[in-house]
Amino acid sequence: MMIRIVPLIAACTAWPTISAAERYPTADAIVSVGGPITEIIYALGEENRIIARDTTSVFPDEVSDLPDVGYMRRLSAEGVLSVGPDLIIARSTSGPEEALDQLRGAAVPIVFVEDGFTPEAVLASVDTVGEALGVEEKADALIAKLTADFAELEQKRVGRDDPIRVLFALSIDGGRLNASGRGTGADGIITLAGGVNVMADTFEGYKLVNDEAVILAAPDVIIMMDGRGDHGGRAEEVLALPSVSLTSAGENEAFITIPGAALGFGPRTPQLASDLLTQLETLSDED
Amino acid sequence: MLTFCLTALLVLAMLLSLGWGAVSDTEVIGALLAVDGVSVRDRTIVWDIRLPRVLTGVLVGAALAVSGAIMQGLFRNPLADPGLVGVSAGAGFGAVLAIVLGASAPFWFQAMMGYYLVPLAAFFGGWITTLLLYSVATRNGRTSVATMLLAGIALAALTGALTGILVYYATDDELRDLTFWGLGSVAGANWQKFWSAAPLIIICLIAAPFLARSLNALALGEAAAGHLGIRVQAMKRIAILTVACSVGAAVAVTGGIGFVGIVVPHLLRLVQGPDHNRLLINSALLGAVMLLLADAISRTVIAPAEMPIGIITAVIGGPFFLWILMRNRSLVDL
Repeated sequence: MMIRIVPLIAACTAWPTISAAERYPTADAIVSVGGPITEIIYALGEENRIIARDTTSVFPDEVSDLPDVGYMRRLSAEGVLSVGPDLIIARSTSGPEEALDQLRGAAVPIVFVEDGFTPEAVLASVDTVGEALGVEEKADALIAKLTADFAELEQKRVGRDDPIRVLFALSIDGGRLNASGRGTGADGIITLAGGVNVMADTFEGYKLVNDEAVILAAPDVIIMMDGRGDHGGRAEEVLALPSVSLTSAGENEAFITIPGAALGFGPRTPQLASDLLTQLETLSDED
Repeated sequence: MLTFCLTALLVLAMLLSLGWGAVSDTEVIGALLAVDGVSVRDRTIVWDIRLPRVLTGVLVGAALAVSGAIMQGLFRNPLADPGLVGVSAGAGFGAVLAIVLGASAPFWFQAMMGYYLVPLAAFFGGWITTLLLYSVATRNGRTSVATMLLAGIALAALTGALTGILVYYATDDELRDLTFWGLGSVAGANWQKFWSAAPLIIICLIAAPFLARSLNALALGEAAAGHLGIRVQAMKRIAILTVACSVGAAVAVTGGIGFVGIVVPHLLRLVQGPDHNRLLINSALLGAVMLLLADAISRTVIAPAEMPIGIITAVIGGPFFLWILMRNRSLVDL
């Protein structure tokens, strides 16, 4: 009888909407799904309890030594079960739902952490993860530190009456920029760094934008992710685009790169946003 | 003899698949026989993860291979695959539609559909496209296979364009889902999905061998087949219906899995000749075996993560098929 009840309870408690009340202080075989979640567990000093991670968890470096259970939206139930987990902490966008159902069926509790690209979302994720791990005190300390960091960042932001207009491009594809609209990590980090995402009012997510849209958007600076083995050839390629050359970004050759980690919101976000803010200030001082 | 060997191979592959997974210490036999003392985990792995997956693999592999054989016979073209009746393009469009627009559907609708939204949309997308194609190619009660082939290309381009529009509006997460859907996977199989596809596929698999005599006659040409007493038009209709039904159901459950429908029938023609009586049955068996083996590889090669099965079937099927063609260049003929 017990055997039948256990998956049922697990299925009920693991539902995302009531995830806030879950505590697993004794869980020590955790599968962490989602880069920011893995970072939070490390920031809480509870990394010894992680036994596996997903493909998007790549920071800190030593996390790569853990088994990889696959891409967070394509988890395989058996793959996850094979590492013998007693708790799964996952971003709320993880999936597919079939695999999650099968995991619930196997009596493995799943705690979901809401995604978001704001300071509030970061603090809420730390809270959820801390509670799931049963280390609320450590979580509160981290939240206090992050809150202070975000406040400090805000101090740096205020006083800029003329915010820099930023165009973030994920890639350059056949002479067109794949630019970030609203609702992305890029949009979030630009806002935190005191910039204005020029495409925020135009669309959501990442889209290929045409030349005239770039000219109309009139960015002061183009930002891209720093890629491995990129030796600056991309900067020239982007700045030489006819559309970009007509904007002040092109005229001033204002092109900067940020680490890919800046697009995922986690414990490093205040630092990464602060770095970007410094980069943007340096640019505007040069003008 | 060949049929017997293939049946034995299939049973072996099924048993192997049940025992072969990322969780190596599973008590498969204990769980199967429902012995007391088997852990919840092991029971879930065997009964709710591996068994529906193995059975789905068998049915989907059989459906794809048999449909391939039927299409090649019907079109008298060695390159024909189930995609020619538009079912794959339509199913792909349906799936993309559900993935991209499903998230903005009313909440009650999403809650009601659960994860059946994508399979259902794929199934109906495939069906509607096939019906459309069939009606385009049918004039005065006669279906022109050549028109169907050409119209199929036009329809594939059209659904491709519509899919492209949706891809443009898709978010990053949805784009990832779209890509993975196109690569296919048996990983999402559960009992509900299995039972929603199984009846259709099984009916088609039972119906298929009855087409064998007509397909053999059709190899001589439509007119000759008619003189032999084959009701060509009725036979075309049944063949297209069978393919659309079985492939529609298969693709709905697993997404796009390529190459099984082409490699398996050709391989068998080389071994046993073009007689459809045996070809259709053997295709079902070998298709099932091939998909099971590909699935076994897909879940172990980068365990605990999983490789989409469409990649495995193409990586193994492509070079293998080429090798056969090079060795038997003169033999491949319908």
